[in-house]
Amino acid sequence: MMDLLNILLSESFWAASLRIATPLIFGVLGALICERAGVLNLGIEGIFVVGAMCGWMAVWLGAGLWGGVIVAALAGAFFGLLHAILTVPLGLSQHVSGLGITLFATSVSYFTYRTALPNVSSPPRIEPFQALDIPVLSDLPFLGPVLFQQTALTWLALLMVALVWYVMNRSALGVALKAVGDNPDSVDAQGLSVYALRIWAIVAGSALMALGGAFLTMSAFDAFFFGMVNGRGWVCIALVIFASWRPGKALLGALLFGAFDALQVRLQTEMGALVPGQVFLMAPYILSIIALVIAARSADYPRALLTPWFKGQR
Amino acid sequence: MTDQTVLKLNGLSKRFGPVVANDDVSLTLGRGEVLALLGENGAGKTTLMNMLFGHYLPDAGTVEVADPGGTLHPLPLGHPQAALAAGVGMVHQHFALAENINALDNITLGSEPLLSLRRDRRAAERKIKDIMARSGLTAPQDVPVGRLSVGERQRVEILKALYRDARILVLDEPTAVLTPQEADTLFANIKTMTAEGLSVIFISHKLREVLAFSDRIAVLRHGRKVGEMATSEADEGTIARLMVGADTPKVAREAATPGAPVLTLQNVSVAGRSKRDTLQGVTLTVHAHEILGIAGISGNGQSGLANLISGLAVPTAGMIRVDETEIARPSAATMVAAGIGRIPEDRHHEGIVGAMSVAENMVIERLGDPDIQSRGLLRRDAIQANAEGLAQAYDVRGPGVGAAARLLSGGNIQKLILARVFERAPRLILANQPTRGLDMGAAAEVGRRLLEARGRGAGVVLISEDLDEILGLADRIMVIRDGALVEAGTMDRAKIGLMMAGEPA
Ligand SMILES: Nc1ncnc2c1ncn2[C@@H]1O[C@H](COP(=O)(O)OP(=O)(O)OP(=O)(O)O)[C@@H](O)[C@H]1O
Ligand SMILES: [Mg+2]
Repeated sequence: MMDLLNILLSESFWAASLRIATPLIFGVLGALICERAGVLNLGIEGIFVVGAMCGWMAVWLGAGLWGGVIVAALAGAFFGLLHAILTVPLGLSQHVSGLGITLFATSVSYFTYRTALPNVSSPPRIEPFQALDIPVLSDLPFLGPVLFQQTALTWLALLMVALVWYVMNRSALGVALKAVGDNPDSVDAQGLSVYALRIWAIVAGSALMALGGAFLTMSAFDAFFFGMVNGRGWVCIALVIFASWRPGKALLGALLFGAFDALQVRLQTEMGALVPGQVFLMAPYILSIIALVIAARSADYPRALLTPWFKGQR
Repeated sequence: MTDQTVLKLNGLSKRFGPVVANDDVSLTLGRGEVLALLGENGAGKTTLMNMLFGHYLPDAGTVEVADPGGTLHPLPLGHPQAALAAGVGMVHQHFALAENINALDNITLGSEPLLSLRRDRRAAERKIKDIMARSGLTAPQDVPVGRLSVGERQRVEILKALYRDARILVLDEPTAVLTPQEADTLFANIKTMTAEGLSVIFISHKLREVLAFSDRIAVLRHGRKVGEMATSEADEGTIARLMVGADTPKVAREAATPGAPVLTLQNVSVAGRSKRDTLQGVTLTVHAHEILGIAGISGNGQSGLANLISGLAVPTAGMIRVDETEIARPSAATMVAAGIGRIPEDRHHEGIVGAMSVAENMVIERLGDPDIQSRGLLRRDAIQANAEGLAQAYDVRGPGVGAAARLLSGGNIQKLILARVFERAPRLILANQPTRGLDMGAAAEVGRRLLEARGRGAGVVLISEDLDEILGLADRIMVIRDGALVEAGTMDRAKIGLMMAGEPA
């Protein structure tokens, strides 16, 4: 019990939680934008891989760290556009298209990586983002070490939460996005384009998802490995429901998952002799499922989610 | 009213596959004029207006709209944006509102630049206030539209059009979902607005309001315009003949002696989420060979009563008996099995599965029947044959029984539901607003079928806001108010009206 308390009060635990949460924050925000507009984007897992690979490779080829971020976002946007074309004007099944995008994007990433680097045994490393150290602030007790151990990408993620919140709740664009996910006819009857709104929402959401992947290769680690995304995309899909499609709650959900995961690692080292390690690995997922069961009962799904809309039809 | 023409439809045609929805229809509309567009269900009224507003692209024909100066300009077709810019506003038969945002957002949606990060809510609020003051239409602005009543939603729809400075307003069956009082207020508001130069086209099946409030009448039949006249020269008979192409037979009603009770409710209470679906200690008995009319102003517990009888709401107290058996745990399935046929109020959402075919919708309540399935597999040919027979017998018109049910016009969806319910020869029929949105012919047909079921020995619970309908069909009337039911004990229109309003008769 003492140990648990010690962990929860330690700065390193909270710093790790925020670090683990960062890619999820990008991912949940991206999925949230797509779903608010009425389209489920199961391409998220593959888009994470694309973002991780493209961001890393751009830096490795000399584009610079921020160059890498931009390349990752554009690559994510590209696969988002593909999903958008298939599901919006063509109105195909969002599940099938999304899973297809995940398989396709993942394989293309691995293929590109292998083709570019046919005979390396250990993956080449890049110089990743470093912790942003802001002189006076980082000396603050507790908060200083937690926040100022983080890299620029974590700060970008937090900034995105604020930006998405502002757009959703304060701008005309946010109103139109919510409306198109609730009743596309309402948007059409006011002379706006349902197709354009949905397509742009998916493109923008996918670019954000790719940043989640880029964080993995450019901040959390310094190289690209196969299987490194490891289901983070799927976790985001669940977290969106937990967040009931709200950016603030999305941040909370990602942090909660990050905290579970950070806790799990620490408990494993403390109690690994007593309980098999796999139990700890499972713990964050089981706890997310429990959290979801509680949150999902009151979830207010966007009414038009999964329903294609065609111009000039009943 | 002046002679100035503000709108011209020239030879509009539209077909959907084999269905000719509109065939060479031309119309004109004068400034400040109220034109009523009439026709049977499926005659093509909504389609015509959807072409004007740019939802549908016509196969042939043109539209001209006058600018504020009075000069006619051709309207680019197929773009709601263009129609809005030209001053055409439309209130759809099925509201086009997003329910997760508030009225103000619904109203201003599309009139602000999407990419600017700042919104001028103040200016929008001022403009809406101003419009509300001028038109007399009001609706709460800052709660999600999903929480507004139907009447309020409709006012939001009209405000939406006026906010875009509509000079021509199209109202597709605006009164179908309103109480008589709300409808009168709406028409009073329309009069105020036409005095200021607004021109209105409205679609309605209620001849009384058409004769009272329109200046001119145009009639469509099978997609063609078959007549046009000044309202002052029209009467119910001529209009009805034009719409149907023949005289509508009057519904004959014979006396009947009530038999044994088929449905008994004793002190039943339902805890609903709002006043509309809450019941407080309701007691009622419906007998075989009897139509019990439930009169009341909408929102007084009718939904609660309907949900209870169809098994969708579980009572918190009291007892329900069908025939002699007490229903301990009511559910939709037990009620259907007990022999209750329901004609729901919201036929689009609770009556049909829009994405499934007409044929499938016709068997949806008896999928277990051996004629429909064998060993768990559906018998397609039997379903098809059943549907074709029913479509014939109940005159369900549309693109065919294989087409998705949502493609039918509102009236034909209702006929589909009637066919499904009456085919099962139910012991008790729950008819909730069964003729809402139906043309005169179809409404008479519903009445005829209900009387036929009564003759066969069924009990009928008829919930309606239309007092004339209840007086015409019911053997006995109860009044619902604030979730409580009282025996009217009279067939006097005025007395029942007072009881509905909650005043001592
Ligand atoms: N998008 C569509 N696809 C296929 N058929 C359609 C479509 N829209 C309308 N129809 C068909 O066109 C015909 C005319 O329909 P419309 O909705 O215009 O009738 P209406 O006069 O408005 O009837 P109601 O009084 O019942 O509303 C109907 O037979 C309908 O089934
Ligand atoms: Mg119609």
